[in-house]
Amino acid sequence: MKRILILSTALTGLAFAAQASDLTVMSWGGAYGAAQTEAFVKPFTAATGKPAVMVDSDNPAPAIKAMVEAGNVTVDVASVEYADAIRLCDEGVLEPIDAAALPAGADGTPAADDFLAGAVTECGVSTDIWANVFAYDTTKFPEGPTTVADFFDLEKFPGKRGLRKGAKAVLELALMGDGVPAAEVYSVLGTPEGVDRAFAKLDTIKSEVVWWEAGAQAPQLLADGEVAMTTAYNGRIFAAAQNEGKPFQIVWDGQIYENEMFVVPKGAPNLADAMEFVQFATSTEGLRASAQQISYGPARKSSMKEELIFKDGKTVMAPHLPTAPENLANALETSSEFWVDHDAELNERFQAWLSQ
Amino acid sequence: MADASSTVLTTADGRPLKAALATALVRAKRRAFLLVLPLLLFVLLTFLVPIGYMLKRSFEHDGFTASAPALVEWFAAHPDFDPANPPEEAFAALTQDLARMQVEKTTGIAGTRINYSVPGTISLFKKGAREAKDMTPPYREALVALDAAWGTPVLWRGMQSAASTYTPEFYYVASDMKLTDSGWQRGGDKERIYLYLFGKTFLVSGIITVLCLLLAFPVSHLLATLPMRKSSLLMILVLLPFWTSLLVRTTTWIALLQEQGVVNDLLVNLGLLSDNGRLRMMYNMTGTIVAMTHVLLPFMILPLYSVMRVIPPSYARAARSLGATSWTTFRRVYLPQTLPGIAAGSLLVFILAVGYYITPALVGGADGQLISNLISFHMSKSNWSLAAAIAAMLLAAILLLYWLYDRLIGIDRLKLG
Repeated sequence: MKRILILSTALTGLAFAAQASDLTVMSWGGAYGAAQTEAFVKPFTAATGKPAVMVDSDNPAPAIKAMVEAGNVTVDVASVEYADAIRLCDEGVLEPIDAAALPAGADGTPAADDFLAGAVTECGVSTDIWANVFAYDTTKFPEGPTTVADFFDLEKFPGKRGLRKGAKAVLELALMGDGVPAAEVYSVLGTPEGVDRAFAKLDTIKSEVVWWEAGAQAPQLLADGEVAMTTAYNGRIFAAAQNEGKPFQIVWDGQIYENEMFVVPKGAPNLADAMEFVQFATSTEGLRASAQQISYGPARKSSMKEELIFKDGKTVMAPHLPTAPENLANALETSSEFWVDHDAELNERFQAWLSQ
Repeated sequence: MADASSTVLTTADGRPLKAALATALVRAKRRAFLLVLPLLLFVLLTFLVPIGYMLKRSFEHDGFTASAPALVEWFAAHPDFDPANPPEEAFAALTQDLARMQVEKTTGIAGTRINYSVPGTISLFKKGAREAKDMTPPYREALVALDAAWGTPVLWRGMQSAASTYTPEFYYVASDMKLTDSGWQRGGDKERIYLYLFGKTFLVSGIITVLCLLLAFPVSHLLATLPMRKSSLLMILVLLPFWTSLLVRTTTWIALLQEQGVVNDLLVNLGLLSDNGRLRMMYNMTGTIVAMTHVLLPFMILPLYSVMRVIPPSYARAARSLGATSWTTFRRVYLPQTLPGIAAGSLLVFILAVGYYITPALVGGADGQLISNLISFHMSKSNWSLAAAIAAMLLAAILLLYWLYDRLIGIDRLKLG
């Protein structure tokens, strides 16, 4: 009995030791997780010989927070939303990242000048810029919607609407749909009247809304014909259109974009390798590789110097990226400061509104 | 009898039999205890300790107390200060703490703690902490000039409340209360959500339990009375979905019931519905109830079946032969004997339903949300204390129901198999 105990303990220990040697990256799964695996994880192993694996999560931020609190961190690098990268950093859950150690651009530009404004924070480095957009099925609307106001126009464009179940990006969309210029959205939303106005706008389509939660649901709803148009992460619509030939069209008017960040949780089992991975992934070439897998824009200027071509070898990526100048005509950058402050409050209000 | 002591029974090696028996008994007891010890430790470590930790979490938060010592001390010395007009020394303590937070990088933690009751404070704290070390007296004017929010009573009430590590604040929030300039008050009509969802969760769970019972009762009866070979087949039909992943079953219901789904397509093709009149059976309360009833059905069938199987058919036959109608036989003879199974199944289904969140999250749409979806939301937003407070209230409500159940039906009548 005793021998069995010792043996099994030793074996378990070995199993943990074997696990601990692999660099573990946690991301969002779906088309996005697949793109990051191809662009970052596999090339990293190929270049350094260090084994690395990708694990999926619905949202990596609460997962790593729970791991750090429990003192059992199994993830080395995680992909989190911008506001979460700031919030978790404030809460002491993340390792600070040495901005000076980030590699210079391929053209020699120092990293500090190469990255777009806000792309490097105390604990995170941007892997891409993604956007909340809305998309429709071109077979349903040959003369499709073109502005964010059309999303709320049930007379001109009848049919169900898909929206992400949550206050973030939905309230901003409602205000822009109600005619608030992008630059004023957060100052309006910061007042009680502004919040009322956003909900009043949502009231006009409430009966026709199908709510989705996981990123992969939005293109699925559109493909099933459950909705006539839906908000979605732009890369998911692009992936469905390119890889599966779906007749989906993105409307860029009123897009809400933000940086996605790689962060390293405190107590990561392979800290040095994690930092090396972050530097590798966010180099000029790393960000280029990512943008060739999925239509999220790179956060380095040097990554966009040469034309980006999708992995199919022919589609030019530039017009599909949130950062393309023509797509930025009426665009809003998510205010992480606003959402760090008001997330809980507005979501309570949102849930109350939903159940009314 | 006077020489009873001399006739004490002894064992072969000369020890008194009583003592030897007692030793053997103790040894047997110890062995029995050692056998249950793994389970005991397991239950303790994986069940009681986490629940205790959760309860502790629901009224404990040291985010502010650990990072603002000067202000905490001041609050302790002045419990009756006027939040509408805090004195200069309070502002001095605050400025001192803000400067300290900037150095120790605890601004986010402290701001987050206050933000739970006073939205908007995280950025306020960050801004204040950045400027604090350059501020000069009077601090009140300096802070208010930076942001008028520093002078508001609600903020001072929030900080006072957060200045003790243990606080009932999270329970206030979970009861739809809001901190205002004049203290905790019931939230506005557009903000109240938790109590409403508590009520709805219990109502929906009740409906699901009744539906499960109605569907499971005939099936269990059939299972218990059919010949072995047929009932085995039927049992497999019950168990197969039980062994299938919850997510698979839930998404199957989506495929079946959505507006462009199998059921609607069928009805439209049969001409029973027009293409524009498709039924909405998914992404609302109907979807939640249908999917959850299906998922939880085996938990009702199995206890019912195990009870019905051992009811001798001769009782019903005797009742019939004595002239009872089939309804009377069922009501007065058969049904009372199945009560322990009904009770066990209902309790299982109800308690599982109250805590469900994956199914309502996937098929619930706007109005199919239950309280556990909000617990999961606050977990994901790192407000674990509020999540713990809601969970503790849910636990208390279930324990109350359990107690009522014990009083009305008796827990010893419960029979799971």
